[in-house]
Amino acid sequence: MADYGFHTLAVHAGAQPDPATGARTTPIYQTSAFVFEDADQAAALFNLQVFGNIYSRLMNPTVAVLEERVAALEGGTAGLAASSGHAAQHLVFHTIMEPGAEFIAARQLYGGSVNQFNQSFKKYDWHARWADATDPDSFKRQVTDKTRAIFCESIANPGGVISDLEGIARVAEDAGVPLIVDNTLATPYLIRPFEWGANIIVHSATKFLGGHGNSLAGVIVEGGTFDWSKSGKYTTMIEENVSYHGIRFYETFGDFAFCVAARTLALRDLGPCLAPQNAFLVLTGIETLPLRMRRHCDNALAVARWLKADPRVAWVNYSGLEDHPLHAAHKKYCPKGAGAVFTFGLKGGYEAGMKMVNSVRIFSHLANIGDTRSLVIHPASTTHRQLSDEDRVKAGAGAEVVRLSIGIEDVADLIADLDQAMAD
Amino acid sequence: MPYPNYPDALIARVLRGVKTIAMVGASPNESRPSYFAMKYLLDKGFKIIPVNPGQAGGEILGQRAYARVSDLQAPVDMVDIFRNSEAAGAITDEVIANKDRLGVKVLWMQLSVINEDAAKRADAAGLTVIMNRCPKIEYGRLSGEIGWYGVNRRVIDNRKHAAFNKGGSLARG
Repeated sequence: MADYGFHTLAVHAGAQPDPATGARTTPIYQTSAFVFEDADQAAALFNLQVFGNIYSRLMNPTVAVLEERVAALEGGTAGLAASSGHAAQHLVFHTIMEPGAEFIAARQLYGGSVNQFNQSFKKYDWHARWADATDPDSFKRQVTDKTRAIFCESIANPGGVISDLEGIARVAEDAGVPLIVDNTLATPYLIRPFEWGANIIVHSATKFLGGHGNSLAGVIVEGGTFDWSKSGKYTTMIEENVSYHGIRFYETFGDFAFCVAARTLALRDLGPCLAPQNAFLVLTGIETLPLRMRRHCDNALAVARWLKADPRVAWVNYSGLEDHPLHAAHKKYCPKGAGAVFTFGLKGGYEAGMKMVNSVRIFSHLANIGDTRSLVIHPASTTHRQLSDEDRVKAGAGAEVVRLSIGIEDVADLIADLDQAMAD
Repeated sequence: MPYPNYPDALIARVLRGVKTIAMVGASPNESRPSYFAMKYLLDKGFKIIPVNPGQAGGEILGQRAYARVSDLQAPVDMVDIFRNSEAAGAITDEVIANKDRLGVKVLWMQLSVINEDAAKRADAAGLTVIMNRCPKIEYGRLSGEIGWYGVNRRVIDNRKHAAFNKGGSLARG
């Protein structure tokens, strides 16, 4: 069990030459189902008594390489992929929650997550309470006997807020609930949330992990450290399960039981499996994750510094800048870089921002982040449109805010593009 | 990484080297972890002898069950203790007392079973000791199979996956 370095894991973890053909690159196992050796093996597979492939909604060898690779990069015990980051969150909460239960979420979240929590999850009778990602005590104040989990983003979208993971993890531990961290913007290259006390990590692998803006994917990673039996509240994990004739997941699968339960119950029944083609594209992207993240962060810092010095710019919200209120948090949690997604406002306000978005020629105006290409968007009218005015401001997406996702192009070209787009 | 930190090469050597495993605490209840492990290891071609006083004389998964280690007949290459850490002490002493008669070379304690004193006695008696591990999980990890469940095997290997064939062997394909 060697302790491999991050770059080595990014290229190799989970992958091995194909046993049938010797193919070195992970093959795309484009198949719905897998033949059984015999009736006995089929029964044992359905009983979860042996490891093997059944049906691509449950598992697929290409997808499994992605699951293991992200688990390895995060330092977790196991991974589980889903069709999108949203689907991954759905599977996580489906495994943890029950009707009437609550969870506490940082209000500095991707707007889509706020919608998912406030609207769709309410239909399951799951209820979010809100706190401030930079203030662990604000989470503590929301803990009740119905709390089942705490959720935050390591680096929050769109404002680039660096969450106080260590402090929030302490609140979760005291409350006896798992801390779920969305590590999409940081990626394990910048922050490894398990090292700060997180218990479960979710990713929209669509973003920096895949990195090329070509595939939607989500991944769950389990840290293997949370005791699901201690409180007696996590019934899916500890009670005899009727659909697998009475097995108890935590007792049977130990430190990778959460991913087994999320796979064989939530993914089985809700169905948002990842296509093997998409898993292949994300895997290929991950091979260069550390190289790209280095470049993304260097470019982002250079662009942020240029904007900061420009008289047309009112403010720049990037914790990589020395005078940013969260600069110390950046140095603590992600010293290799403050990420590549940040916001800024023009002195000309909303009108100037809209003009700039319409005038850029290298930056693409679209609703995504974490692409090799540089991207720009106006969150208030798009990604955070469904929120109330008050919630938009709390999420860092007020009317004048422009969000950038800095790509890996030549930074001089990016700066020149912004410069011409801001010109009168 | 779970405690103790065993090299993969040691675990692989143990799993390649043993053929007959006495499983102390094997259960006939198909929802129990010991049943899962026994089913899997049988499937991989190991000979498994269940040891459980409540099942002695009967069968688990078609294998005749015995009450205690001292009732077993040679050969027994490895004893896998599927009992709690405290109970592992007396079972270890029974294994040491019978090791030459049975030919036992490996004492294995299941995942979550840790008994340092028992491990020291077994080591002093010349047994290879593995604690706090499951042979099913380790077999699945080193063969690659458990990767199909997204489990982090902590293995990087530029050779083809180990053969998954029946026969209890981790031999290369």
